[in-house]
Amino acid sequence: MDVVVCVKQVPDTEQPIRVRPDGSGIDDQGLNWILNYYDEHAVEEALRVREKHGGTVTVVCVGPPRAAEAVRTALAMGADEAVHVADPALEGADHLAVARVLARVIGQLRYDLVLCGRLATDDNASVVGAALAEYLGLPQATAISKLQIGDSLATVEREVEGGVELVKVPLPALFTVERTINEPRYPTLPGIMKAKRKEIRTLGLADLGLEPGEVGAQASRVRYTRFEPPPRRQAGQVVTPDSPEEAARVIVRFLQETAKVL
Amino acid sequence: MQNDVWVVADHAGGNPRRITLELLGKGRELADAREGRLVAVVLGHGLLDLGPAFGQYGADTVVAVDHPHLHAYTTDGYTEVLSALVRERAPWLVMVPSTAWGRDCAPRLAARAGAGIVTEVEALWLEDGRLLTRRPMYTRKVMGIVEYVGSGPHLAVVLPKVFPPAGRQEGRAAQVERVEAGVSEPRSRVVETRSLQRERVSLTEADVIVSGGRGLRGPENFALLEALAAELGAAVGSSRPPVDSGWVPHDYEIGQTGKTVSPTVYIAVGISGAPQHLAGMSGSKYIVAINKDPNAPIFQLASLGVVGDLFQIVPKLTEEVRRLKAQG
Repeated sequence: MDVVVCVKQVPDTEQPIRVRPDGSGIDDQGLNWILNYYDEHAVEEALRVREKHGGTVTVVCVGPPRAAEAVRTALAMGADEAVHVADPALEGADHLAVARVLARVIGQLRYDLVLCGRLATDDNASVVGAALAEYLGLPQATAISKLQIGDSLATVEREVEGGVELVKVPLPALFTVERTINEPRYPTLPGIMKAKRKEIRTLGLADLGLEPGEVGAQASRVRYTRFEPPPRRQAGQVVTPDSPEEAARVIVRFLQETAKVL
Repeated sequence: MQNDVWVVADHAGGNPRRITLELLGKGRELADAREGRLVAVVLGHGLLDLGPAFGQYGADTVVAVDHPHLHAYTTDGYTEVLSALVRERAPWLVMVPSTAWGRDCAPRLAARAGAGIVTEVEALWLEDGRLLTRRPMYTRKVMGIVEYVGSGPHLAVVLPKVFPPAGRQEGRAAQVERVEAGVSEPRSRVVETRSLQRERVSLTEADVIVSGGRGLRGPENFALLEALAAELGAAVGSSRPPVDSGWVPHDYEIGQTGKTVSPTVYIAVGISGAPQHLAGMSGSKYIVAINKDPNAPIFQLASLGVVGDLFQIVPKLTEEVRRLKAQG
């Protein structure tokens, strides 16, 4: 069972993220760049599939040169091979364009399964996975919380409004994973040492036979015009009531008079 | 048709769900601004009287595709039917609800139809003839303003509860156009749907949410929140620690790794207010926080903060709401 995992490098959102004063982007001073959490779970799931069914795990990443660090993390967790597409012409590419680049890379690999994180915690879009499935012509299931590989069929679970669906999907297929699917392993010291020696195949658009006009900013159908800090919540009041009864009365009054839900 | 606004309906047997009404309300406004029609696109099987059901909420036309393969959502079935319609009729804007099926289908539809896509949309407006959207990023620490490029079709996956539902206009009916479409056998198959065995108000649709954190101390104490929620007609949620500790199932979780909610009132009980939790609930209209620690970060965000012992306050609050309701 050969598995391809798509990964992205994102700023650690547990740290403060600030918008530049001119609104042109986020302030990247002092940002800590990490492997997207959801992709960590995708790598972990791929490793578990390999441990159970044999095969290889290949990591594919589209992103600037610094993103090689995230690829390295996935290799240190245990992935076998890695491809990193870095090209300045991809600046301003939208999610569909990134999915087309990934499709071009993965189309040249041998695989039975493609895994992605459900979303990346930077732009929070959840677009690339399903769009990639479309470009590769694969069946898909998004936001899965359980994966079981059968003969030529995978059985997955995904949470939907008010329930959980059990879906049977023929392989090869693409799945995007929820964080509940597993607990990712930490890279071990030998793993980290080994990852340092593994080669990351770095490609530009020309290597893939792609033109900037097909996948760069010119080809994109959406464009970020500016960034804003979130609207400030109106500072409310904090009270320390004398008794539980008093506390209950204060809250009820608020629910009736201000929020008007009672 | 270049100016038409489509709403792909989330519905139960042809009856629009709340999020569909929210999209119809915003869709009406944008269709009017563009002098286009508002079209509800309804996929399903055994669909009956759709004209009044959607017309009374502002749709001019219902485009209905009725096929056994569309009885339940499948990626293949929805993508095939919707992309054929979009290509043939070239609407200006297609609004898709941000539900499990909407998020599954929309990127694929955009890729196949060659449409620009923006997800997690919480505002949509026209500026000098351009269509702009606002969406949360970086766990809600940043809002991104995104513009669609070109003349369309544009695809927007819209969050629940960000637009008010369309008002009901008694007696208004939409024209219904039934489209005969061949639908291929979907490759994947839903073999079972397990409903989460609780009669619960859904978190993403609830007007009021009562949510518990580490301060609850154990699974048994969630009963306090269930009792309060029952009186308020509210949904019950949680922050991450109760889920990690196994006190409540994962579908309770609100925050970066769980659901994003924006109810009218969010009552945070024993929740300190870690950034990962705030990412999922800071879009709430009002936040009421009950916490014994006066320095809890949640108080910096709360519309009303109450410092005190939740184990004493919550039962009194439940009692007080019950008493009030009994008075009528």
